[in-house]
Order: sequence, then C-alpha cells, then structure tokens
Amino acid sequence: MDVEIARTLDGALAYLASRPDAEPIAGGTDLMVEMNFGRHRPKAVVAIDRIDELRELLVAHGRVRMSAGVTYARMLREEIGSPAMRQAARTVGSPQIRNAGTIGGNLGTCSPAGDTLPVLAALDASVVLRSASGDRRVPFTQYMTGPKKTIRRHDELVVAVEWNDAGDAQVFMKAGTRNAMVIAVASLALVVDGRRSRVGIALGSSGPTIIRATEAERFGEGLMDETGWGRRRVPSDAALAELGSRVAAAARPIDDVRGTAAYRRHVLSVMARRAFARAVLLA
Amino acid sequence: MTLAPPRPGTLVKVRGVIGESPQRPDAADKVKGEFAYASDLRADGMLVGSTLRSPHAHARIRSIDVSKARAMPGVRAVLTAADLPTRELIGLMKLDQPVLARDVVCYVGEPVALVAADDVDRAVAAAKAIAVDYEPLAPVSDPVAALRPGALQVHEKGNIIDSVRVVHGDVRATADVVVSGEYEVAMQDQAALGPEAGLAIPDEDGGVTLHVATQWLHEDLRQIAPALGLPERKVRLVLAGVGGAFGAREDISLQVHCCLLALATKRPVRMSYGREESFFGHVHRHPARMWYEHGATKDGRLVYVRATVVLDGGAYASSSPAVVANASCFAAGPYRVANALVHGVAAYTTNPPAGAMRGFGAVQTCFAYEAQMDKLAAACGLDPVEIRVRNGLREGDAIITSQPMVGSAPVAEIVRRCADLPLPAERIPTDPLLLPGGTGNLTAGEGVVRATGYAAGFKNVCYSHGFDDSTTARVRLMRDARGPIARVHTAAAEVGQGVVSVMLQVTRTELGLERVELDTPDTSVGSAGSSSASRLTWMAGGAVQAACREVVVELDRRAAARGVSRRDVGLPALLDEPIDRTVTYRHRPTEALNETTQNHGHVAFLFAAHRATVDVDLGTGLVRVVQVATAQDVGKAINPLAVIGQLEGGIAQGLGLAVMEEIQLKDGRVRNPSFTDYLLPTILDMPPVLCDVIEHPHPDAPYGAKGVGEPPTISSTPAIVAAIRAATGKALNRVPVRPDDIVFGNESRSGWRIAPGADPATAERA
Repeated sequence: MDVEIARTLDGALAYLASRPDAEPIAGGTDLMVEMNFGRHRPKAVVAIDRIDELRELLVAHGRVRMSAGVTYARMLREEIGSPAMRQAARTVGSPQIRNAGTIGGNLGTCSPAGDTLPVLAALDASVVLRSASGDRRVPFTQYMTGPKKTIRRHDELVVAVEWNDAGDAQVFMKAGTRNAMVIAVASLALVVDGRRSRVGIALGSSGPTIIRATEAERFGEGLMDETGWGRRRVPSDAALAELGSRVAAAARPIDDVRGTAAYRRHVLSVMARRAFARAVLLA
Repeated sequence: MTLAPPRPGTLVKVRGVIGESPQRPDAADKVKGEFAYASDLRADGMLVGSTLRSPHAHARIRSIDVSKARAMPGVRAVLTAADLPTRELIGLMKLDQPVLARDVVCYVGEPVALVAADDVDRAVAAAKAIAVDYEPLAPVSDPVAALRPGALQVHEKGNIIDSVRVVHGDVRATADVVVSGEYEVAMQDQAALGPEAGLAIPDEDGGVTLHVATQWLHEDLRQIAPALGLPERKVRLVLAGVGGAFGAREDISLQVHCCLLALATKRPVRMSYGREESFFGHVHRHPARMWYEHGATKDGRLVYVRATVVLDGGAYASSSPAVVANASCFAAGPYRVANALVHGVAAYTTNPPAGAMRGFGAVQTCFAYEAQMDKLAAACGLDPVEIRVRNGLREGDAIITSQPMVGSAPVAEIVRRCADLPLPAERIPTDPLLLPGGTGNLTAGEGVVRATGYAAGFKNVCYSHGFDDSTTARVRLMRDARGPIARVHTAAAEVGQGVVSVMLQVTRTELGLERVELDTPDTSVGSAGSSSASRLTWMAGGAVQAACREVVVELDRRAAARGVSRRDVGLPALLDEPIDRTVTYRHRPTEALNETTQNHGHVAFLFAAHRATVDVDLGTGLVRVVQVATAQDVGKAINPLAVIGQLEGGIAQGLGLAVMEEIQLKDGRVRNPSFTDYLLPTILDMPPVLCDVIEHPHPDAPYGAKGVGEPPTISSTPAIVAAIRAATGKALNRVPVRPDDIVFGNESRSGWRIAPGADPATAERA
C-alpha cells in the first residue's frame, strides 16, 4: 500500500486526482476497521490529518463552519454552535476514538449510523466539497444518497460542513444496548429554531439514509405556533404522542443484528417525545 | 469485607505471604503494555499460518483444489486432510473432531485447509485461492429437534453427546404450591482480549516445540502428539503469554495446525487469529433450553424440583459431557430438596461447538432455578431473601445427588450477609450519563424505575466424577551470591487469574523466604491440570505447599545431622547442596457418574449470593445496573485483592450475559463476530461492587482455600434479571434480556412442550 502524507489541501487533491485507487484517511477509525477485518484494502491512502486548513473551526455571525478535520474530542471542548452536535460527539466510541475520529470521516463514510449525521440533517447543514476545479456546496440531505453512498466524486474531499446557529433548543439522542461505545440502534436529532420558526427532526439508523421526519417537523412547528415559540411550554402528552407517531411513521427501519424494526420505531417515538419536551424548555 | 489476619506460618517475618496482596510479578509489564503475549512471539525465518474455514453449517466436501494456492509466490505449504500424517481425531472428552475436515463440514468455521506463507497477506490470499467444492446438506439447528426420533444425524452415533439423569427421592412427589416455566440462555462468548496464538518451532530430532496460549499444556500435548504421529517426548509445549481464557482455551484451536505447518516447512510458523476468526476458532458457552417445575409447601419449603435441560453442544463434543453433568447436578440450586428428577442432554447440532466457559453448566441452570425461586416466593407471599434463607443448604445437607455440603458457611448466612450490604443511595440520578442509555442522552429520569433482585448459586471446585485430577510442583531451594532462593516449577497456566501470585505466596509462607521465582510453565514438569473449575488455588496451592513441606523435611534432616535446629542455624547454612523436591498433589477421589447420579461425584462446593440494583427505562427498555452486592465463601483469601478482582470480573461477565452478550446465530452462522456487535460491558456499564468475602475453611483444602473464580459469574446474572423483572413486571425468561423484551414483554418459546424432568426425546410441538 502506498501512503502519501499530505501537508496541504492542494497536495492532497492533486494526489487524489492522480491516483484513482487512493483513498483519504484522517483519524482512520472507520478505514482501519475495514482493513483489519480484511473487508477493504485500498492500494493507496493519502493522510489528510496534518492539513492545517482542515482543522479550522469558525463560529461567528450566527454561522458555523466546521472543517472536516475537527475531531469529536474538539467538539466536546470547543464552542461549536450546536448543543446537539456536542451530544452526538459524546456518544461516539471511546476517548481514543473521539481523539482520532473527525466530522469529515463521519461524512466520508456516511453510514446511516453515523452519529453526527442526523444533527447535520436536522440543522439543514451544507457539505462543502473541493476538487482541483473548485468548491461546491450541497445540502447534507442531498449529499447522502444511500447507506455509505454519497455524491462525492473520487477527486473531491469533504473540506467542511456549515450550518446556521439554531439556538440552544436542540437535542440528540441515541439508543443502543450499552451505555457507551455502541453503534446506534436508532438515533434522533431535534432542533427547535425559534428565530426561523423552524423544527428540524432527523433520524439515524432508521433507514438507508438519514431520514428527515418532515410530517413530524410540520406538526412540531404547528405545536410551537400554538404554544408560542420561546415560551417554554411543554405540549400535552397527547400532542407529544402524535409527534412521536409521526416520527415513527417516517422511519424505514429493518430487522438486523442490532435490533428489530419494531423496536426502532418504538424507541424513535419515545425519543421524539422526550427530545421535543426537553428542547422547548431550552428555547 | 471480612478477612482473617495472615496465618502465622513457621517463619512469618517475610513479606508477600498468604493473606496479603503483594503486587503480581506480571503486573507492571501488563500495565505498561510490555508483557509478551502469544501473539507477540517472533522467531528468525518465521512463516505465518492461515486457516481456510467452512462457509457452510453442514456440507459434503466433493473435492479440494489447492494447485492455485500452492503456486502462489511466498507460499511454503498448503495442507488439507489428505496431507495429514495420521487420521487421529482430537477432543477434550471424546475424540470426535478431525484436525481438518475430510469428507464433511459440520459447522461454519470448521477448519478445512492450512497455509504457511512468508507473510500474513500471502497466507490469507493463498487460503482464499483454495477451491473447495461443497455439496450443502440440511443444517441441524434446533437441539431439541435433533434429539427426537428420526432427526438427521450430525455424526454416526446419534445426536446425544451425553445425557445425565438425576433421580433423587420420590420422583412423583406432589406439593401444595407449584410453579413452572421455560427458560432460555443464549450463546455467550468468553471474549478473552488475547485472541488465539502460538508459535511452533521444528526441532532437530524431528519433533516440535510449541509456544502457545492455553489453559492446560499437558492436555494439549495428549491430543497434539498422536495427531502429529509423534511420541509425546518429541512434542514440547511452553506456555506463552495468555490474554484471558475463561474456558475458551481448554480445547485445541490452532495447536495441531501450527505444528503441522512447522513440520511440513521445517521453519518456525506462527498462527495468530484476528478477532473475527477467534469467534470461529474457539468453543462458546452452551445455549440452553430448560423446562422447570418446582413444588413447595405453603410456607415456601421445597418439596420437589423437576427439570429438563437441553444444551446445544454444536458440531463436536468438546467438554459437553461434563457441562451437562454440572448443569444437571446443580439444577436445583444451593437448596435442600428431598425429591428431584432432572434430565439433562447435550445435543449435537451443526451450530458452532460449545464447551467450557466460566461457570460451566451451573450458569445455565442457575438462571432458571433462581427465576423459579422468585416465582415460588411470590406464590407463597415471601420475599426473595426469605425463600432462599428458608431453603438454603446447611453443613451436612445433601444436594440432589445425595452428596452433603461440607466445609462451607450456611447458604442462609451467605444470602443474609449479601442482603445486609448497604444499598445505593435511593435518589435516581438526573444526569443522563448515569442513567439507562448513558452517553445516548435518552433520559433525565423520565420512565426510569429502580428495583432490586437477589440470587444465590453454587458449583463444584476441581474436576468431578472420578477424574484423576492432579497438579505437580517442583520446588528447588538453593543458595546463590545473594543468599537463599527458591524456584518453583509447575505447568500451571497463568491466564490472568493470578495463580502466579498464589504459588509465590504459598512458597514464601511455607519456606519463610521472600526470594522466590517461578519457572516458565512447560511440559518438562508434570501436569498441573487445567486453569479451570476454580481449581488452581486449591490444586497448585496444594502441590506447591506439599513440595515446600518436603523441602522443609530435608532442611530439618540436614539440621538434625549437624545436631542443630533449623531455626537457629538459618537457611543459608543448610544449603551447601540445593534441595530439589517434586510432588504430585491429588484431591480426595470422587465417584464416577452412575445411573441415577446419586453419589459423591464432586470434591467440594462453592457458594455465593448476589444482589443487583438496576434502573430500567420503561420507555426505551434500556437498563443501567446501579450496584451489585455479593457475599461469597472462598474458604481463605490467599490474596484478598485478587479475590476482589475475581468477584468484580466475574460479575462483569455475568452482567454481560444478563443484558447484552450474545452470539447471534442464524442457521448455524454467527451474525455478529466482532466487538462492534458482540457487546461487552464497558466501564460505564459496570456498577460499583460491594463484596463480603467469607472465609469458612474447607477441611481438605490448603489453608482452607476453596477457589474463587466461577461463582461470581453464576448468580450475578439471575440477580440482575430478577431486578429487571421487579422493575418491569415482565416475565423475562431469557438472557440476555433485550430492550425489545422489556418494551414488548416478549417471552422466549422454544416451540417444544416437555414435561419437566422428562426425556427431551419426548418433546412435542407446542
């Protein structure tokens, strides 16, 4: 295997353009597992973890730009303009994995179980891709097209992800059969954005892609219109139950080794009820 | 905890004697990552071995074509059954397993061919290049179906690996209060952190030396030498660094394969499984289906227990006969019951082979009988502590095999002392990190219910049913420039449990000498027996103690010859010549199994009780174990810190079985062979443990020390599940308890109806 250590973004992009069999590696928390299990062994890798530009984190003027090389550990330490993203980062693996793993890796692999991805979907975040021919900005929901499938071309790198600061009323929850270091059986990100009168709800490990529960979002916005945005009034149990049902209905879960479809739907509705009740109190 | 002061030995001014907790000799290296495990072994000119395994649960091998693999660069040997030097079979208790599959494969993962190559990539690529033409056969996946008349036979002699009947008192006894149930224990993995590894080096005499991580060097030797077609003297085994065992290293995995490749290539060959291969390379805990009926008086005194226990033994026998014997002998628990009928069977299937794992049969039936005891308590209006206190064995009471309990604190006392340990603070936390779901941030208290459950359990220590169980120790006492030194040589396998400390502490105690060193365990000394059945503290402790005492006899003889006393003259003066004594220690003989299993089949019993407190989130079905309290009678804590370590570690393993650890099978295929999907408890899952270590000595055991390792795993699982039942009101008749089971109240059903105590061959479709 050829290993190229890139010091600049241009260098990494040039290498990728010249080697169609090369893959980028940053923290390696996904790729090395694939290699250890003998499932995947690229002919070449380009290490992008030493590129300063990919480590930038900007939170200003109501906008967040998180470069691809920001690790989960940094998301826990630094101001990142999203409490839900911080909660999602806390659920990723062990301290060692959080020290190595990056948001760019989560986007590069793009598993439906990727912990930060529901947050990006709920925030209406955009993914910034760069190649030798320039940048393009794509909404996350268009970026991911299937399980571990994205629109990223081989000669492109995810360089950053961007979103609007949506306030404090946001929650990430993840169900798994262990109290830490567990892949999501189902996860949910919920954002109640008072400034934009918008509710964002996205589901992980609940279908082939991260799923936006749009019916539930409209219902949630209706509830906020009734009770008043920013008034911190928890809706009735019946209303929360309806929200939960709509979230469960949006999911397209399967039975697999980690859980059943029936449990996933159930726990998604529980998470939606609890997350909404918690979020409105944070508004 | 309650601990007796150190036993005053003959010369107790030395440090690190029994009753103290000196630092382990391997501790610093292990903590620093410098300890050499078997997978770290290297040799000049070393090749790497790889194994081709069956992708089918059951298939006939039509042909194997190795020509492409043999022609690949860097490939030094490719071996199939046709290349084996003998047709000898291997197996712990029955020789029923081929070294490489010849005509049929009987489980997914069965070894079919071997490769030795210059490096691991080449070895793996060559193994993949071997073309095997399989004719798939119907799998035999359901062990109950396998036992019924007309079932497809996995091997020629039928699908019963072994069956055990326990017939005690009146098998038709009736009672006022009757409770019954069907229970399931799923397949648990030992999940030792060090995967299987070994290094074989060919010797000039045509023999081979194998460095290997194992639990029992001499048993390996007994199986390896005939399979290689070599006399035992030409096969030498040396213990390599062992990264945990828990039963998974009792059976042969890569031992024969590694030696075969070394002999074929005349080069050192290392084999080292990765995590995924390890799941296929060792046996697992037997999955069990159990049908129980308990009868009692209205005031909760047991009248009878009837049970049918079906263990899925998988494709080969391994230690199934002993596991089913244990499951059956201990099927009524640590309780007085005059009448019992137990029918236990281990069945051949085309599932992965099952064998030894910590608790060894006692784990499965304890889950069932403790659920039954709670049902009985509820039916009689008693609390869980009282039902156990009322029925607990006392000195002299017989278990259902008519063997009396000897040398133990009464079970009632063990249960009471466990119950008396402080409970956790009553307030349920509000930090999600401390609640069910942990980092998943699922609840700040919403839906959370706290409850407590109890369980007690027991099993045998040492080998049972007439097995000639021995440990040999050689102790040499000599003098060098720094003064007297003792060297202790045994074949006892340090697998993490701390037998190295036990042997050092015993030697220091007996010889009154702090400078003691251990020789590397190998087959140049007599067998130590296995690092299993909680037996090495008793057996290696006994052997080293006996050898030391012979050394002391010689010291006394030398002193007497000079007309002085040993104490007055001191050790150095008596060591002009070294003293070298080898002793083989045996425990009291046990009786073989008989038709009704009514005899003294076991050496002694180990008892423990557990209390678990759990927080359950009824909304998500997730569980947080908040605290486990335990009382255990160890006889004598040779090394108190190591005892606590065993108690906590065993509870972690029991917690894993209670709420997360399961090898999921589908048609004999393992669906989750990785630590991503085979979940082990993390530090956020493991609660604080409170221990009351009881020291009620056994009269036959060295210093009264009975053994420690297995009871923590036996009753911790049912205690945790009892607590979850109390929190949820759900029946939960299966472990591990899944979130689904809590949310939806699923009950496990085998689909078979069997009268408890009846032969499972009589099963009818429910």
